Amino acid sequence: MMHRQRLALLVAGLILAGSVHAAQADHIHASNAWIRLLPAGLPAGGYVTLSNDGANAVSLTNASSPDYARVMLHQSTMVGGMSRMTHVDHIDVPAHGQVRLAPGGYHLMLMKAVHPLKPGDKPVVVLRFADGSTLPVDFLARPANAVGPG
Amino acid sequence: MKPTRLAVLACLSVLLCALLLSACGRQPPAQWQMTSIRGHMPDLAFKLTDDTGKTVTAADFKGKVILLYFGYTHCPDICPLTLAHLHQVMLKLGKQADDVRILFVTVDPARDTPPVLHDYVRAFDSHAIGLTGSPSDIESLVKRYRASFTRIPDKNDSGYEVSHSAGIYIFDRKGRARLLATPANTQSQLVHDLHLLIGSGD
Repeated sequence: MMHRQRLALLVAGLILAGSVHAAQADHIHASNAWIRLLPAGLPAGGYVTLSNDGANAVSLTNASSPDYARVMLHQSTMVGGMSRMTHVDHIDVPAHGQVRLAPGGYHLMLMKAVHPLKPGDKPVVVLRFADGSTLPVDFLARPANAVGPG
Repeated sequence: MKPTRLAVLACLSVLLCALLLSACGRQPPAQWQMTSIRGHMPDLAFKLTDDTGKTVTAADFKGKVILLYFGYTHCPDICPLTLAHLHQVMLKLGKQADDVRILFVTVDPARDTPPVLHDYVRAFDSHAIGLTGSPSDIESLVKRYRASFTRIPDKNDSGYEVSHSAGIYIFDRKGRARLLATPANTQSQLVHDLHLLIGSGD
């Protein structure tokens, strides 16, 4: 009897510990994921809304895709009428909040498609967070002149 | 009682006449929703190579309303966003869009050859034309409109990043600089002003 109670406590404790130490990716939900396809193998912009249901901020640090040679985190900024694109090493998703990777701001730059993609394809992009956990997301490939996820 | 009524009637008829007169009279100056640059920027002038490899000058575009934009094709975010918005504007202009040309001038002529530019601009809109040229010809056009661009070596790649002016310079059918559209302007403001500019014989 005593033994069983201890076991139950241990299991409960483990579950609790598990939830406290849940991977960052478990708290992130991705929506409206799309890629703007450009012709001639030019680098493409990737966009997604990331929502965090956890009590701690989560940092997106990296992304990769089996369909692209390289994926980078970028930010477009407008300073004094000049448009500039810079590389960023992380994008924070606030606790109980969200961050939008959208045209004109944060975005993924997807370089050198491994094979030609066409509108309607759904390349996978694996998002990697500061603790090393990962979240694979299906992105919808959209034509160059699309203005949103469609 | 009666004189007062008469006075009111008289006043009303005067007001009505005034309204009618103003409506029938000369049209008020165009009410632009974007920034007017008339008289502040020089006429359109250039000699560049279009995306079919042909040498073109501003004279080849006389009779069209011109949207001039500086960009480069290895720009995955802002340039496509701008061109995608301009495509929406063209769709909203409908038949009038035939009187408009979007000139996308590359500030990265080393990578943006005519074939690359051709595929790029045509992916956005059939009224768009890509223009390239020698670095000095492009630079002088950029300077002519007090725009600017810089190349920033990219440590992560063998390439480089470019920062550039984000404005769209709008010229009338005679090649005169008229309006400046910035990223803050909405599609409906562009449609409104282009509609006026296309419609005016001026």
